[in-house]
Amino acid sequence: MTDRGKYQPLSYFQLMEVTLRELLVEKGILTGEQVKAEVAAMRARTPERGARVVAKAWADADFKRRLLENGTTACEGLGLELGTLKLVVVENTPQVHNAIVCTLCSCYPRMLLGIPPDWYKSRNYRSRMVREPRVVLQEFGLKISLETAIRVHDSTADMRYMVLPMRPAGTEGWSEERLAALVNRDSMIGVAIPSPG
Amino acid sequence: MAPRFKTGEKVRVMKAYPLGHVRTPFYIRGCVGEIERLCGSFPNPEELAQMRDGLPAQPLYRVRFQQKEVWPDYRGSPSDVLEVEIFQHWLEKA
Repeated sequence: MTDRGKYQPLSYFQLMEVTLRELLVEKGILTGEQVKAEVAAMRARTPERGARVVAKAWADADFKRRLLENGTTACEGLGLELGTLKLVVVENTPQVHNAIVCTLCSCYPRMLLGIPPDWYKSRNYRSRMVREPRVVLQEFGLKISLETAIRVHDSTADMRYMVLPMRPAGTEGWSEERLAALVNRDSMIGVAIPSPG
Repeated sequence: MAPRFKTGEKVRVMKAYPLGHVRTPFYIRGCVGEIERLCGSFPNPEELAQMRDGLPAQPLYRVRFQQKEVWPDYRGSPSDVLEVEIFQHWLEKA
């Protein structure tokens, strides 16, 4: 076998990305610096942004009402930069458990949750989450009682979704910072629920 | 374009198979659901994909379907539902 060291030929999509980026720069539509800055900004967005929103909603009933009414304006009111994101926040209750999927591609509230995990973009998750959500949730270790309805949201067009999980019992009087630390990415997609330690 | 449907109204997703970029998933075509809310109006993605302006903007709805309606052999709770965003031109009164 030829020793290629660490060299790997570019995949189809890597090649497409390089080609498109070079063309945009060559034609003066973007500069290399702008591309770099955007990539850095994308990497800097993490699920902590979403966790902050969830903790605020747990601690402030008025904010929660506004968040469920219009997710976009409520988050902007917190000073979060959302770009073109149109956010719908869906609330978990003892009666309803929500989960998010995009069967057509991989639509995801990146401005709040950062880069989606690979499984979110997999054919397996995308095709089965709408078809047998209870089985998929169980594979994530989440068993939802038959008394609780499962509401799966397929984000097929212009809206993006985030789950507002239920506040765990035993967290009364906690600060927003402490509450936010309980909220992970998966609980805002609806494949996990936060627990206090 | 004015919204034709109200929250709570029963609608059927058209069973059509046009070519091109369509944001109505195959699995939901032909199914009957209920309007959950009007999300607003957005340029038609089928037109945008052809490099046209997609105007007039099309009303976009969230439609709620009973899982049993979508998958007759669905196993779970009878109250399990699926919500999908569907543009108005894909919906008809049911």
